[in-house]
Order: sequence, then structure tokens, then C-alpha cells
Amino acid sequence: MTTETKNTESYVEKPKTLAALRDEIATGRTKAADLAASYYARIEEKNPRLNVYLSLTKERALAQAARVDDLVKKGDPLPALAGIPMGIKDVMVVQGAPSTAGSKILRGYQPPYDCTAVAKLEAAGAVLLGKLNCDEFAMGSSNENSAYGPVRNPVDTDRVPGGSSGGSAAAVASNLAVATLGSDTGGSIRQPASFCGVVGVLPTYGRVSRYGLIAFASSLDRIGPFAANVRDAATLLGVIAGHDPKDATSSPAPVEDYASESDKPVKEPGKAGLRIGVPAEYFAEGLDPEVRAAIEKGIAALEAAGCTIKPVSLPHTKYAVPTYYLVATAEASANLARFDGVRYGHRSPHSATLSDMYSHSRDEGFGAEVKRRIFLGTYALSAGYYDAYYLKAQQVRRILAEEFLRAFAEVDAIVTPTSPTPAFKIGEKSDDPLAMYLADIYTVTASLAGICGVTVPCGATKAGLPVGMQILARHLGESTAFRVARAVEAAQI
Amino acid sequence: MTARVTVADVERVAELAHLELAPEEIEPMLRDLNAILDYVAELNQLDTSGIEPLAQVGELENVAIPQPRPDVVAPSLDRAAVMAQAPESDGAFFKVPKVIER
Repeated sequence: MTTETKNTESYVEKPKTLAALRDEIATGRTKAADLAASYYARIEEKNPRLNVYLSLTKERALAQAARVDDLVKKGDPLPALAGIPMGIKDVMVVQGAPSTAGSKILRGYQPPYDCTAVAKLEAAGAVLLGKLNCDEFAMGSSNENSAYGPVRNPVDTDRVPGGSSGGSAAAVASNLAVATLGSDTGGSIRQPASFCGVVGVLPTYGRVSRYGLIAFASSLDRIGPFAANVRDAATLLGVIAGHDPKDATSSPAPVEDYASESDKPVKEPGKAGLRIGVPAEYFAEGLDPEVRAAIEKGIAALEAAGCTIKPVSLPHTKYAVPTYYLVATAEASANLARFDGVRYGHRSPHSATLSDMYSHSRDEGFGAEVKRRIFLGTYALSAGYYDAYYLKAQQVRRILAEEFLRAFAEVDAIVTPTSPTPAFKIGEKSDDPLAMYLADIYTVTASLAGICGVTVPCGATKAGLPVGMQILARHLGESTAFRVARAVEAAQI
Repeated sequence: MTARVTVADVERVAELAHLELAPEEIEPMLRDLNAILDYVAELNQLDTSGIEPLAQVGELENVAIPQPRPDVVAPSLDRAAVMAQAPESDGAFFKVPKVIER
């Protein structure tokens, strides 16, 4: 029976905007508690097929909703996200709630503290519905590496939602949350946003505190929001961005009013329009023709809106995926050393000695892709290979980062496809790790360079699969990326 | 960078990473690692002599701290809550199997 639901049941539904929901809650037309309850009812109905939520935090959500309703009743001022139902990728810790990172090794772990980004959302009134499925330790491009089963794409449930923040993207696309948080190390927010037809934000490295994010690759990891529209994504970034004394890599730069900035047109009266760079290297062999056509329409729309379109050159782009997989796996091998069965998480019961306990616990707790990456990273860092692999990759990383800096001297933003293909079928690439890595070809460069970006829906294939445009901007250039994204969104390609 | 990974390499790396592979996992791991390493060998096409490795990508090059933060004691995580997550503990210490084999 359930296998036939695909053709008869629709999973795609667009959430209302933050502004509309805020108005309903502030005027008392909708109670935050009722809104949360309606989301839990929808989750109960749709989640068994989509597998978006790994756990629900009902008690905490309903308590928060009651606080919001209390504020409304008293006529007190409402914070920015009062009563907004949200979901959190399960790589961010929430006190007392299961936080698995999609891994068996953290089954049953209940962290004793809150991730800063999550705490900021709650302080702004958001109602946290639960924790969202993802690839194990955020390692994957399809969500098939979750120890708790794959997420299905709401647009076509035989297809992947992308990864690693597949649950976060699918939850927004199916209205199982108004908005969500994800994390992006090599494309893990942007690519699933593209596959599911929602907006995803890669903030500048350091723009959002990573305190409480379960680390994958610390020089690359970022937390960012997913939303159904660009303005809401901008609002959410404004809430979670900013310096955090608990994360030394977080930037002290002032947080802009991204939502208001995004209202500015790409061509303001009396000023030149924004300069948009188009790198030929992102439109080369391997790009699906339908994706190309959709992105070209998006570029034409930007030109029509008053932007200047300029070719830019990023000639080392083809070296980005190998560079990324060396840097990311090396850092992962170090970060994941902490999972040893001593302080929390899975401990193998079959160990006579400490050394056996480490290796048995890790062997039983980690999935195949995580082991593969720990192997690759450990190998690349090991004596005799360090210079040839890790050091080499860091040198190429500088070339890639400087190439972007040169390009941004000429243009305000760079636009590309987010992914070379639309969402692929579940199982299509899961036996070939290298083919899966190449799915990240357009996203890893920005990760390596530390710059920011937004993925915005930009049309669809004939089969109805969403296409996403990636809009990249320089360090701390989020406002510019949002403005461009608004123009693409407004063109309704 | 054209080194082929051998069974001995896999065993050595497994030991370094505190991972163990079942005998049937060794061959697929060899295959995958060699495929990935062949692919990353593309980086050899680039002359990177004299290029400073890049490890830090934020806009923060050196954080200029006008004054160091005050050195004050702040609350830490609650010990009982932390120890409650341990697979085995006596409330004050984490307990592990014996360290020295004899």
C-alpha cells in the first residue's frame, strides 16, 4: 500500500511567510500552541514516508508556544520569530534532546547544553519541533548515509533530497517546518536546497557561531538557515549571526539587517546595477542541459532587472573537489577521534582492554562512508604522505581562494548552477563514492574560500524537478547575495 | 601521489585511526581509497612551489583584541549531567576497561 502513495499523495506544500504567520500570531487569530499542534499532526501524517524527523521535542515546543501565547495575551512586544515552528539538523546539540548526527555511535546521547544558533532561535521566540535527519556526521550528498534511513525528496519520493542537510531541506519543501537550520561543509545546505526547491544560505565562514555543532571539518563547517523564500532566510540569518565568546572563529563584524537589505533592488535608481559574474568553468561538460537552460533564464532575468552580466574566470575550479576531499577528510579524521566510547555515545560491550574498546566501539558505531573518510584523512595525514596530500591541498586551497578574491574585484556576485544535475534516484550513486563526491563540484569552491552564498529556486526540469541557482558573494557579502536572490525569486522562472 | 594503497597500508591506517575492518571490508576499502587517490592525483598537475598553505579562511586574519577578556570564573557544565551520559562512570570519573595488558 505505502509504495503506491507516491502517485496519489502530495508531499509538497509551501509554508506561509514569517510575516504572515507573525501577523496571525500577534493579532491572536492563530495561537502558537495550535500552530505547533497542527505541525505535529502534519508530521505524523507525512513523516513516515519522508523520514525527515529523527526525533520530536514536543514538550519543549509546547512550553515555548505557551510562552509566546502568554506574551500575546499580555500585549507584550513579540520577538522576531515568535511562535514560528522550526526544525534543527541533528548535528546541532539541543539540551536533553537526542542528538545523533545521523550516526549509531551517538544513539541515545542527550547533550547537556544547547548549540548557540539554536539558543538564539529560541530566544527569538521560535518553536523547535524536533531534530532532522541527515547524512552521518554530515558526510554525504544524498542523505543515504544516515544510520536511520534515507530522507525522501518531497517533490519525487523515489529521489534523494540531497545532502547532507537532506532533512532540513525536505522539511521546508513539505511544510513539516516553516524554516530549519542545516550545516554546510562542502555544499550540504546549498545542494539539498536546490534538489528540494527551497532557499538555503551558506553564511561567510565565522558569521554564525558553531558552538554546539558536532564538528566534521572545522575550517569548512558552517551553520545556515533554510526557508521557503529569500526574505525569510535573510531574517533567520540575522537572528543566528554574530560573535559568540564560545566560538573563537566567530566574527565580531556587525550583523546587518539582512531582510531589509534584501529589499533593495539589484538596480537602485540613479546607481549602476549590481555586476554579476558568470564563470564559464561552471557551465562546462557534465552540466545537465535542462539545468543549464534554467540557470540561463535566471541570468537573463537578472540582466532584465538591471544587473550587468560579466564573464569571470575561475580556471582552477576543476581542482576544487580533490582539494576539498583531502582537507575535509583530514580534519574529519581528527575531529571524529573524540568518539571513543569513553565519555558519551556507543561503547562496545565486547572489549577486554581499552584499546579494543576504542576500535570495537568505533567499528560498531560508524557507517561505511564515515569509515572511508576517516581512512582517507588518516592516510593523507600520516607520516610520509602529509606533504604530498594535505599540504598540497592547502596550497591549492590558497590558489582557489585568491582566484575568488580577484573575481570579486570585478563583480559584486557570481552566479552558477548549485548542482550539475537535478535530484537523482535513491540508490543511483550509493555504490560509487567518487561519483557521489563529484555531485559537489559547484559547491566546494565557496566552502574552501570561506565566502558566502545563497541557493535560490530557479525553475525546474520538464519532469518537474527543481533547479537551484547558487549566488556567491565575497566575505560578509550576504546582503548582496540576498538582493540578487530576491531578483531571481521575483522573476518566477 | 601515485602511491597505491596496499593491504598493509590499510592495516596500518586502521591501527592509527582506531578502526578495525572485517576481512571482507578490506578489499572494498582498498578499491575505494585507490580510486579516490588516483583522482586527487590531479593536483600534481599544479606547480605549488612557494605557495603558502591556507588553513584559515575567515575574514579574520589576526583578531585584534583591544583588551584581553577579563579572567573570571564562569559556570561550567553541570558535572552530574555530563557524567550521566557516560557509558560507565562512578559519578566522578569515567570508567574504562583495563589499560595495561598482562
